[in-house]
Amino acid sequence: MASTDTEPRDAEPRPPAPVGAPDPLSIADRELRSRVLLGTGGFRSLDVLAAAVEESGTELVTVALRRIDPSQRGSIVDVLDGAGVALLPNTAGCFTARDAVLTARLAREAFETDWVKLEVIGDDRTLLPDAPALLEAAEELVDDGFTVLPYTNDDPVLARRLEDVGCAAVMPAGSPIGSGQGLLNPYNLRLIRERAGVPVILDAGVGTASDAALAMELGCDAILCATAISRAEDPVAMARAIRLATEAGRLAHRAGRIPRRLYAQASTPEDGRGEF
Amino acid sequence: MKVLVNGDETELAEGATVQAAVEALELPAAGRGVAVAVDAEVVPRTEWHAHTLEDGARIEVLRAIQGG
Repeated sequence: MASTDTEPRDAEPRPPAPVGAPDPLSIADRELRSRVLLGTGGFRSLDVLAAAVEESGTELVTVALRRIDPSQRGSIVDVLDGAGVALLPNTAGCFTARDAVLTARLAREAFETDWVKLEVIGDDRTLLPDAPALLEAAEELVDDGFTVLPYTNDDPVLARRLEDVGCAAVMPAGSPIGSGQGLLNPYNLRLIRERAGVPVILDAGVGTASDAALAMELGCDAILCATAISRAEDPVAMARAIRLATEAGRLAHRAGRIPRRLYAQASTPEDGRGEF
Repeated sequence: MKVLVNGDETELAEGATVQAAVEALELPAAGRGVAVAVDAEVVPRTEWHAHTLEDGARIEVLRAIQGG
């Protein structure tokens, strides 16, 4: 049958999508109801962070480790514990596999979790990952018993390699961290999703709600965003917008979108028109 | 003896422990969310009292901040 379909449907049929049915996300041994992971960087206060956590519906929230500052007031750990969310320590700022592995081990000690958002940065202007060092660190941490969620390039081959060494998910960048440029290569994200056997979490680049919806429509299993919420004019409202967009995009993905066509296809029957 | 605590040269008694180095920072309660490395190796909290420092040791005391 001739077709103008430029966006073939996935080979595998989608599961049914009854509205309101549970649709949990499984990562390693954890089941999450929310498909929003929240990064905590950039919030102007812990109070705003706490409100955004609640409004986003997130159950998994990143934290970082830095040299202790005795003048620092308030504890982010207390705030997040109070919100009842799980912590996902990151290795932000690490430029070598060695530093990232040591930071992950310190985070395990500090937060009593073996989950880690693994970042190994290769360039300080784009903050894009250093692929060989990322793979090396991922392998070492998996061997050491960590549940590794790597921040990766939108490279389908690298995503596959990370899965092969035992990562529990892959987290491709939509665009550089904090850039708010959205999804610069949706095609690659689709390829990553189609081939991955672990959850794909769109990490970095979300600028506003529609970016989160698009990521989910492409088939991503979750999104992680920080800056889009924390530096929005109204972070709490944006947290809600991104929560709703993520839910909408997920539901649209499960519902199965129509193919794109070059020409119109009448939605009203042609037959039986009056003749005047 | 002299050690480096978060990059700052710090005078500690001979045979001082990691616990002493952490206390020298005069922190409010160093509870959950704090971790220590000595010469690029993690020292678990349960060993802070027992782990003695060598002259010139490099101690990093890290805590949770917003990030990611």
